[in-house]
Amino acid sequence: MKEKYLQDLKEIREMMSRSSRFISLSGLSGISAGIVALVGAYLIHSFVFEGGDYLTFEKVVLPGDALTDLLLIGLGTLVVSISLVIFLTTRETKKRHQKVWDQQTRRILISLSIPLVTGGIVCLVFLSHGYAGLVLPMTLVFYGLALVNASKYTLDEIRNLGLLEIVLGLLAFQFISFGLILWAVGFGLLHIVYGIIVKTKYPA
Amino acid sequence: MKELLNALDKAFENRVRLAIMSALVVNDFLDFNGLKELLGVTDGNLASHLKTLEKKDYIRYQKEFMDRKPNTKYFATDTGKEAFKKHINAIEQMLKQ
Repeated sequence: MKEKYLQDLKEIREMMSRSSRFISLSGLSGISAGIVALVGAYLIHSFVFEGGDYLTFEKVVLPGDALTDLLLIGLGTLVVSISLVIFLTTRETKKRHQKVWDQQTRRILISLSIPLVTGGIVCLVFLSHGYAGLVLPMTLVFYGLALVNASKYTLDEIRNLGLLEIVLGLLAFQFISFGLILWAVGFGLLHIVYGIIVKTKYPA
Repeated sequence: MKELLNALDKAFENRVRLAIMSALVVNDFLDFNGLKELLGVTDGNLASHLKTLEKKDYIRYQKEFMDRKPNTKYFATDTGKEAFKKHINAIEQMLKQ
């Protein structure tokens, strides 16, 4: 008798989480996004910030080609990592025989994009006024907020990842000369570590 | 013990109906196909269980057209959510004994 009801409770819990959370996050996509971010940080370090002190609260004028480089590298990093995440997550979802484009994915993408788009616009405004140094901490903070916001629809680990990104972003605001290093830790190292955690904790 | 048994909701004795209700209380709504995939049951089976819950006023539906195809969205009603909560409490009480 008791067994039946224990089983019922277990099924209720399982159904609640399966119907409302996106659980096919691919650990590999975290790892590869992290590697792409590290490459991006290195490129920015050697092509954009080399030879000038841009990581300050001061208004700095980036030479025209440095600004183009910054935007190109930034955009390139974003496009490559998002494509990799989409590709690997789609593969993972198919492996688990779940639908890629359903209510859950839509919901998660919407809750991610509200803070991300807001942050992106704020960054562009600051960049266009010459505050290049502030953009790095800002991306960390807004990305962290986006993760926290979306985490209720996916694995619990994502919430902690988001909180860590926010802390790193705030640190990067205060210790602005370490902005790029903290950015590399947040977008590179943390993604790799979280990718490995997700991969070992939720094997397909 | 007998009182506790009476507190259990007959509508949720069935596994499929229990699963439908679990999914609907944590989502704003789910459509027919979404439910079908989630539960892995046939159209007819799902439809008959949905009808049972509907008759008890635990769920309601809304018909819409998406790309000219009919699409039915299912929602848990307040009555349904209340009944579900009661049912789970009853199970918990029973397991405590």
